[in-house]
Amino acid sequence: MLVRPNHMPKITYIDHAGTARTVEGEIGSTVMETAIKHGIPGIEAECGGACACATCHVHVDGAWRAVVGEPSPMEEDMLDFGYDVQADSRLSCQIKVTAELEGLVVRTPERQA
Amino acid sequence: MSEPIKTDVLIIGAGPCGLFAVFELGLLDMKAHVIDILDKIGGQCAELYPEKPIYDIPGLPYVTGQGLTDALLAQIKPFGATFHLQEMVQTVEKIGDPLFRVTTDRGRRFEVKVIVIAAGGGSFQPKRPPIPGIEAYEGSSVFYSVRQIEALRDQRVVIAGGGDSALDWTLNLAPVARHLTLVHRRSEFRAAPDSVNKMMKLVGEGRIDFVLGQVSALAGEGGRLAKAIVKGSDGSNFEIACDALLPFFGLTMKLGPVADWGMAMKDGEYIVVDTAAFESSVPGIFALGDISWYPGKLKLILSGFHEGALMAQKAYHYVYPGKRLVFQYTTSSTSLQKKLGVA
Repeated sequence: MLVRPNHMPKITYIDHAGTARTVEGEIGSTVMETAIKHGIPGIEAECGGACACATCHVHVDGAWRAVVGEPSPMEEDMLDFGYDVQADSRLSCQIKVTAELEGLVVRTPERQA
Repeated sequence: MSEPIKTDVLIIGAGPCGLFAVFELGLLDMKAHVIDILDKIGGQCAELYPEKPIYDIPGLPYVTGQGLTDALLAQIKPFGATFHLQEMVQTVEKIGDPLFRVTTDRGRRFEVKVIVIAAGGGSFQPKRPPIPGIEAYEGSSVFYSVRQIEALRDQRVVIAGGGDSALDWTLNLAPVARHLTLVHRRSEFRAAPDSVNKMMKLVGEGRIDFVLGQVSALAGEGGRLAKAIVKGSDGSNFEIACDALLPFFGLTMKLGPVADWGMAMKDGEYIVVDTAAFESSVPGIFALGDISWYPGKLKLILSGFHEGALMAQKAYHYVYPGKRLVFQYTTSSTSLQKKLGVA
């Protein structure tokens, strides 16, 4: 993939009702910050991105799980506070936007804890 | 009922803004009591990110949440504020001009001339797990804290969670409950390894059960729980017969009773204040920090410090009506330095 220096990877957030919203994320920011910046519903981020609350929980689309990777042990601990946590669950404040994430799809849960 | 505590100012919230308010009030000879629902001082700084860095406190290029809390406590030490932890203000009643009667959830009463609300996102309260219909069982079969162990004697208890609270109560209740099941979504635990080892030992001895999964539904009648339906990590569903469920999923912030105290609110979440004194629509009640709103409001700790300084100037006139207030600097004023214990 040809990556331009100012490339803004597109990220799609699908809410619980099935509505998809695609926005551009800044490389180096997080999937949570991108959602908040664009007013994506379904992500609260109560603690502001400190990996301290589990209210930015998302389900990573099956096709993207390997690229996005697994949660760190600290993130796993926080996920215990999430709602309907599955094997595809991540805290979006802990997913950094990279060029490789162009086209990323995540689903927001019915509610954040 | 005990006699009310009479003091100048009651500060609700022991986070950085509440702590610095003690300092600004203290410089102007106002005594404060501070109340907080957490079991420790520091608010979100202590509860959410004690080890995490803050980079935008003026003059401190780097400080952790706990570091800032400790520094503020050192700074306000000369003023001897009294702290009431694990306590929440329930009602506020205006009985004078201004004079307020305040009651807490522990039945304590205050009579104060000024109230400063520095309650951040509200009070930290136990997270309610998103189990449909759980509200109907709360207080009768579902408990977010254990006040009396004896109430659970000979009951069939399900504990949900993997942190210290879940594990501590599993160990404490194992000898008391008729049957105890710990439900956690994975085999790793956030709790202290020693507690996990003790729990595993009990499981090995067949004295308690440990189930991998998440409670997904409840069944029962009239607030009395009969069984919990657990979704296993393999996708299977099974039932656990139980009389009580204790969910331990950490804390979340809720606005709480603040909304009932008669102040103008913004979006039902924030207290509207003026920017000259950060006073709410009820004279004598001020609001600082994240819980306050005014045009241009930023939720920054540094803004809360500024708000506290201006609040104290106006609060002075409620506490000392008719008395002239002379503006002074700590660098040059002997009287301020005496209060700080450095002159």
